[in-house]
Amino acid sequence: MAKKMHDTPMLDQLESGPWPSFVTGLKRLAKDKDYMVDLMGQLETSYRTRKGYWKGGTVGVFGYGGGVIPRFTELKDEHDKPVFPDAAEFHTLRVQPPAGMHYNTDVLRKMADIWERHGSGLIAFHGQSGDIMFQGAKTDKVQDAFDELNELGFDLGGAGPAVRTSMSCVGASRCEQSCYDEARAHRQVINTFLDDIHRPALPYKFKFKFSGCPNDCMNSIQRSDMAVIGTWRDNIRTDEELARKWLAKHGMNELVNDVITRCPTKTIMLKEIKDVAQGDHISSVKVSDTHALEIDNSNCVRCMHCVNVMTGALAHGTDTGATILIGGKRTLKIGDLMGTVVVPFMPLKTDEDYEALVELGQKVIDFFAENALEHERTGEMIERIGLVNFLEGIGIDIDPNMVATPRTNPYVRTDGWDEEVARINAKKAAA
Amino acid sequence: MAMRTPIESGVPDNRQYMHPALLKNYGNWRYHDRPRPGVLHHVSHTGDEVWTVRAGTQRQMDVYTIRKLCDIADTYAEGHVRFTIRSNIEFMVSDPAKVDPLIEALTSNGFPVGGTGNSVSMIAHTQGWLHCDIPGTDASGAVKALMDDLYTEFIREDMPNRVHLSTSCCEINCGGQADIAIIVQHTKPPTINHDLVANVCERPAVVARCPVAAIRPALVNGKPSLEVDEKKCICCGACYPPCPPMQINDPEHSKLAIWVGGKNSNARGKPTFMKMVASGLPNNPPRWPEVSEVVKRILYTYKADARSWERIADWVERIGWPRFFEKCDLPFTKYLIDDWRGSRSSLNASTHIRF
Repeated sequence: MAKKMHDTPMLDQLESGPWPSFVTGLKRLAKDKDYMVDLMGQLETSYRTRKGYWKGGTVGVFGYGGGVIPRFTELKDEHDKPVFPDAAEFHTLRVQPPAGMHYNTDVLRKMADIWERHGSGLIAFHGQSGDIMFQGAKTDKVQDAFDELNELGFDLGGAGPAVRTSMSCVGASRCEQSCYDEARAHRQVINTFLDDIHRPALPYKFKFKFSGCPNDCMNSIQRSDMAVIGTWRDNIRTDEELARKWLAKHGMNELVNDVITRCPTKTIMLKEIKDVAQGDHISSVKVSDTHALEIDNSNCVRCMHCVNVMTGALAHGTDTGATILIGGKRTLKIGDLMGTVVVPFMPLKTDEDYEALVELGQKVIDFFAENALEHERTGEMIERIGLVNFLEGIGIDIDPNMVATPRTNPYVRTDGWDEEVARINAKKAAA
Repeated sequence: MAMRTPIESGVPDNRQYMHPALLKNYGNWRYHDRPRPGVLHHVSHTGDEVWTVRAGTQRQMDVYTIRKLCDIADTYAEGHVRFTIRSNIEFMVSDPAKVDPLIEALTSNGFPVGGTGNSVSMIAHTQGWLHCDIPGTDASGAVKALMDDLYTEFIREDMPNRVHLSTSCCEINCGGQADIAIIVQHTKPPTINHDLVANVCERPAVVARCPVAAIRPALVNGKPSLEVDEKKCICCGACYPPCPPMQINDPEHSKLAIWVGGKNSNARGKPTFMKMVASGLPNNPPRWPEVSEVVKRILYTYKADARSWERIADWVERIGWPRFFEKCDLPFTKYLIDDWRGSRSSLNASTHIRF
């Protein structure tokens, strides 16, 4: 039995309603732990005063420079003593999840037991960077908790100016849209950079995210410095049985309005079977005894829409890999930046392919470490120095797939033009 | 005693935790369908089938909740679960007869089954007052309050397309891009405790952090400190993390803004950033009713007006921004016209106008 609960009239209002209540969970923990009684006292104070009361500090585990988020209370009385002394320290351990966030109950129960012994008993699955967040431990318990989690096979994630914990989608384990082995890429890339995760020494954070197809379920284009997004180069595959089934269920209006007209490049057409074109870049599939879909794959931008709507009837090709986009991030400090294409297609099938992905990551991080200013993200660095300088730095040739349009202003010195053309032609001739 | 050296194991191998049917059919799935909201049915090229039941959680889970979910997984499913990026939990079973009892076990224990297809899924969730050092508001409470209101949209698939929501407790926007996002918007420059700046803050780094060069070193009351040119200040809060004595959070003046139209998928159009469409909403715990009201107004206007497969960004592209503000009954104020770098590309450089 823990000490008496503080009154929490505002938090109490978050126990009603149909959605699972974190307050009910906090109260359950507070039955046994003074720690959580006081945590609720501080949280209720925040609700009442509309202020936060945590400050950072320096807490870590032996051998690592990051991965623990220290929190000390700032809610003090007139004698500078914590108002809620049992919750004066509330540190979080960021722990890297398995790719695709798969668990069995055995490992989850072990995590719960460890955190009940050493921490608050509150765990978030998962934080916005993908970490399992073991929330709330006192300074003298952090090492014990880490040691046990580490013995269980888990490791701390990133914090501060470091390579950060990564996320990958469910991917090949349960999704027909998967264009590469996301879990392999995730694990192989991230486990190459463990030193940069555990010992923060970069200009600023660096995030990888792995999505198996252009639906980008991991939101990698907007949220990662290096986004690995699955795609394919050959033709869309078709399955007549499933295509006919789809039409029988959904009808011609849905086929026209929800599939055909929503193609961003108008490269999918509905045709009478007798009019369907043949050719190297054409995919076609009968949807009935009279009509078929025809796709000119040379103008397909792999947006995924038709494949999403008619799952199985249409599917990505078999020449699969990923598009690599660099430099995504949110607002601070120069405004939002999407990741932009740096490698239009990288095959991801063989051991060598995955090694090439790791090598690319290494080059990008090395360049970032050498050239970014303090607190400057990769995208901001590229904006400052220009994409061409960045590409030269990491040894990648330019490609028109990297731009939305060519430049719209003449403010560039072009006296190297002829040499550039000669270089490109020589390269073409040698290929 | 020697300290234990960490095992730098990094990302664990997920195969040891993966459901055997997923492991067996790894990379060999053919298609999926959804027998009902909250249930996915995947079929592999070998003919194997797996049913996934998805349920909402509170994300910040106590160990008792975790053990309850494990008990359900052991009794009604097959002992393997996974989490989605939106903190939903998924239970995989290889026998369709297990689906209904599993759903019953989840719902009777208070876990809503849904979040699939064209539903409103769980809100991408940050830390807030519970754990963050710079929060303008709470996350868990705002998420709980809004998901209580949107519960029926989570357990149904009645939206034109999927709807992703996020909350963020400061303008750093850890919750990320979403169809509808709730983000703190500060409206006043930081309040500076000049007694503390010299000891706590690395002043040149703080000066460099300001996006509009509004911060400069100054001697205040004989102490080295920092001052803010309040005419230049855009109240972004970037100075606050490196210099906590520059308090940006204010119970009254830190407001909440609503953003719409973020989309990370490449489906149909290219990915889009979300746009600010409302601000000035009060930070009103424990249930933030004013925020919920605006979110629901936008959501239900979209639901009524969008065509199938239109995300909010697609819908607004079709109807245009003037009609968005009109239909949602939101004031279009001067603060919604961008004046940051590159802002002219957000202006209407055409005569394309809907009358």
